Amino acid sequence: MKYSVDEIIEVHRMLSEEDLDIRSVTLSINTNFLISSNFEEIKEKIRGLYSFVSKFSKTVEKVSEKYGIRIVTKRIAISPVQFIFEVLSPSYSLSLAKELDKLAEENGIDYISGYSAFADRGLSKSSETVLKSLSEVLNSTERLAGMINAGSTMAGVNIDAVKLFVDELFKMKPEASSRATIMANVPPDSPFVPSAHHGLGMPDSMINVAVSGPGVIESVIKRNKPTTLQELHDLIKRTAFKITRLGELVGKAVSKELGIPFGIVDLSLAPSPKIGDSVAGIIEAMGISKMGGHGSLMALALLIDAVKKGGAMATSSVGGLSGAFIPVSEDSVMVERAIDGSIDFFTLLALSSVCNTGIDMVGVSKRQGKDKVIGLILDVLAMGVILNKTLGVRVIPLDANPGETVDLGGLLGKVVVMKLKDIDVNNFTSLSGYMPSGIKRLEFG
Amino acid sequence: MENAVIIVVGADKPGIVAGIASVLAQNNVNIIDISQTVLRGVFAMIMIVDISQSKQPLSRLREELQKKGKELNVEVSVYHEEVFKYMERI
Repeated sequence: MKYSVDEIIEVHRMLSEEDLDIRSVTLSINTNFLISSNFEEIKEKIRGLYSFVSKFSKTVEKVSEKYGIRIVTKRIAISPVQFIFEVLSPSYSLSLAKELDKLAEENGIDYISGYSAFADRGLSKSSETVLKSLSEVLNSTERLAGMINAGSTMAGVNIDAVKLFVDELFKMKPEASSRATIMANVPPDSPFVPSAHHGLGMPDSMINVAVSGPGVIESVIKRNKPTTLQELHDLIKRTAFKITRLGELVGKAVSKELGIPFGIVDLSLAPSPKIGDSVAGIIEAMGISKMGGHGSLMALALLIDAVKKGGAMATSSVGGLSGAFIPVSEDSVMVERAIDGSIDFFTLLALSSVCNTGIDMVGVSKRQGKDKVIGLILDVLAMGVILNKTLGVRVIPLDANPGETVDLGGLLGKVVVMKLKDIDVNNFTSLSGYMPSGIKRLEFG
Repeated sequence: MENAVIIVVGADKPGIVAGIASVLAQNNVNIIDISQTVLRGVFAMIMIVDISQSKQPLSRLREELQKKGKELNVEVSVYHEEVFKYMERI
């Protein structure tokens, strides 16, 4: 097959200068076979997974070396541990968490995700166990991640779960809270931590892939200087196609090598704190001089639509969250805009109506109290449920005042404490129960 | 046939082609196509090579080529052809 010099240079530039890489390859495993009331038996079975996980880890490295493509993280998604706590005593929560953390650590895995539970309408004994152990578990581990799905279009929004979650969140170390999220409509196949888990209805194991690549899109816009919105859309779409193809190539290679099914490519653009790897940078390249300015919503909507259309052509196996992530601390431009005030919580809420992240990786001041954080989470979950979208909240409570920052390092970046509105919402957040599922529910029959 | 793409970027000087080609020859890798261009004002050489009879897996070959690149003061990138096939062809 012949390639033109331009094509070769284009690919080389994407991979070497524009930070195109594979964000993660995730091994999703059905771990419901662990369910037992005997913890020793569970431990034994987790040990039994070592060789499988280690083989996965080595395979990802081999594929990365073969193709000459960076794969940033290797992850495991397990079945929500809620199922285990249907029979296992809550007193084993920490021991179980540590065994899972060890499974990741000893086999070269960056994250193991699935310390998770579903509590959309109410709390079961098992979801309560997960919720109430969340801070102790995440404070005592390094690679374990967890999620509480506290709302869904089908079931409603559970305020009791939100309140328990915030209680736990306020007890977490900053780095631990970066591994916890609360969601509405979580997908069963997302490779993105902390919401990744092995969902119901999946095969026993599969390989899911998440691509990165905002730098590539930013520079293609800057180089081509489009003059119409259609041209802009088309440019992004074509580039998203290429980015997604790379994800599919890597995912399929790992899947073939291991002989386990290929799951999905998550089409999301994921930023990293590196300069030139920013989703907000794309919005600014489109002509909004500072992300957060009026028009940002339209720009983000156009970006996401083009990414989805290009990606849908590139792979038939679409899944996960698929859109664009705007985690504030993990995006070098978002951080700056949060510091200079171009972005506040209401801007992030508005942006959530067109993307799939919700409010992600933002610091909140513990001094402003739990109620406002509960209110913020309820806003995002309500939006997810009413608009029938996946949305979540990942905030980092800090003993700091709005405007201050804490650097978590690595992919997590610099967390900015953003100001919550100083308005008392206590009478509302002290209500208990759940918000019934919306009228949209009736469309499903 | 299994192909790889080698991209060499750096300041032009005598011996770059010979240096890279000798590593390839030692490893039984055949050059199929070679072209030189100017990439953002810098000398760039692109080679398509057949690695199906290579004595080393691609990752090792990449290491050796990059080591040679350091000696020659040029940057060497090596990709499997499938990367281009996936990204540039439907």
